[in-house]
Amino acid sequence: MTTEAVRIEGLHKRFDELEVLKGIDLTVAEHEVICLIGASGSGKSTLLRCINLLEPIDAGRITVLGQEITAQGVDVNAIRRQIGIVFQSFNLFPHMTVLRNVTLAPVKVLSLSQADAESRARELLERFGLADKADEYPDRLSGGQQQRVAIVRALAMQPDIMLLDEVTSALDPELVAEVLDVIRELAAGGMTMLIATHEMGFARDIASRVCFLDEGVILEDGPPQQIFNDPKEDRTRRFLQRIVDAGRL
Amino acid sequence: MGTPPELHQYQPGDPRLPEGRPTSKLLAPLRAEGGKSVAVAMVSTIVFFVVLGLIVVNSPGWAEVKQAFFSRSQFRESLPGIARAFLVNVRLFMISEVLILVLALVIAVMRSLPGPVFFPIRLLAVFYTDLFRGIPTILVIYMLGFGAPALGIQGVPTSPFFWGVVSLVLVYSAYVAEVYRAGIESVHGSQVAAARSLGLSRGQSMRYVILPQAVRRVIPPLLNDFIGLQKDTVLVSLIGVVEAFRTAGIDSAATFNFTPYVALAVVYLVITVPMTRFVDAMVARDRKRRQAGGVG
Repeated sequence: MTTEAVRIEGLHKRFDELEVLKGIDLTVAEHEVICLIGASGSGKSTLLRCINLLEPIDAGRITVLGQEITAQGVDVNAIRRQIGIVFQSFNLFPHMTVLRNVTLAPVKVLSLSQADAESRARELLERFGLADKADEYPDRLSGGQQQRVAIVRALAMQPDIMLLDEVTSALDPELVAEVLDVIRELAAGGMTMLIATHEMGFARDIASRVCFLDEGVILEDGPPQQIFNDPKEDRTRRFLQRIVDAGRL
Repeated sequence: MGTPPELHQYQPGDPRLPEGRPTSKLLAPLRAEGGKSVAVAMVSTIVFFVVLGLIVVNSPGWAEVKQAFFSRSQFRESLPGIARAFLVNVRLFMISEVLILVLALVIAVMRSLPGPVFFPIRLLAVFYTDLFRGIPTILVIYMLGFGAPALGIQGVPTSPFFWGVVSLVLVYSAYVAEVYRAGIESVHGSQVAAARSLGLSRGQSMRYVILPQAVRRVIPPLLNDFIGLQKDTVLVSLIGVVEAFRTAGIDSAATFNFTPYVALAVVYLVITVPMTRFVDAMVARDRKRRQAGGVG
């Protein structure tokens, strides 16, 4: 019983002269974990931002849980409630405590009472080992803790799909594992996820499918064993070789 | 993540001092260089002021100037009345400040509205700030203070105090709106992205995420503008508000002595010097906090 969570058809996106996405087609089933790999500038982040409607698209269609979100006159805010996104640079609100960061949207957008939102937030913080940080301000936390808070903040909206945009790239190496563990737990819980990542080992472990993006198109798409061990495309092979040479796989 | 350059122009002292030395501590850079520098600074300061004092005191007109500007008896006589009249200035700027904070925020938010739909509103905001930053305050006060009551429209107040407040609010809101705007623009776009991605509307993002951060950052330049406003309240005397400057003028005309103006200057310094020191200290504290916390 696989239902379709996300369907992307013929997606094009350009920034002025630069065409970043040149026709992306991708279908994601519910509970699937898709890892997007590829060099910097290949369009991974842009693709995720388009799915969250943070970037207007130039051509194509994106359908989320049966609703075309790129149609005219859709309720953008309602769509974003279903899709959580976590950014490379955390983007926590620095003037609010962790608890306020996590409860703001549930209270203002979902109209939860402050008490309900707080108990839900504390539950999530507890689950990800952040219970004692609820009343701290973000700049008192380590990068790994901040990123976990950002994930909790997105989860507090109870999204159906999570988009993770290179969430470990800004972290010191020793802090990467704690964030990856959180993502593993989400995957185990059946969360549908699209993950742009440079952590190839992690992608190999967690992904149900890996997409290799190159110059704005999905050049190759398959199960991780196939992509990492037996890539069909020459460019995929060269990309992975560079990663191996750099000691990252 | 730094603040944009627009914010710096309001900061007293040089905000681009290396290693973010607190500007409020005048002697701090010297202390860092050791006791000898402090001694040299003291000696050169004393020499400078002694020489300057000698030049003034030995000038041919000193006797008359001393009598006209620094008459002790005249000072004692004028000060209480001027201090009392100064309360009118206090009322002027207190009322104006509150209104300015609100109006300027509205204009700044208007100017920050994105998209083609809001173009006319943005245009209006730009026109407003251009207009009132471009005209000398005194002209606005004259035109409104004399012009508006002369229209004789029923229900329109004729009190010079009222039109004085209106003029100051109009002019200063243009400046303060720009300060707010610099603050709004200094909040990184990723904050908006984070807020919108959680499903917050544009307005909610502005209200809960952008403005609280923006306002916090612009408090020091805001206070600076308010010090300017406090001084500019004397301008409304020209449309007939009897406040401290006017009172000093009346005293001065009655005695052919300028000491009342000096008395007013002293009153002003008592208010503004502690305030500027306070602002400097805030700027320094803010910078220190930002360097320590790295909040961008």
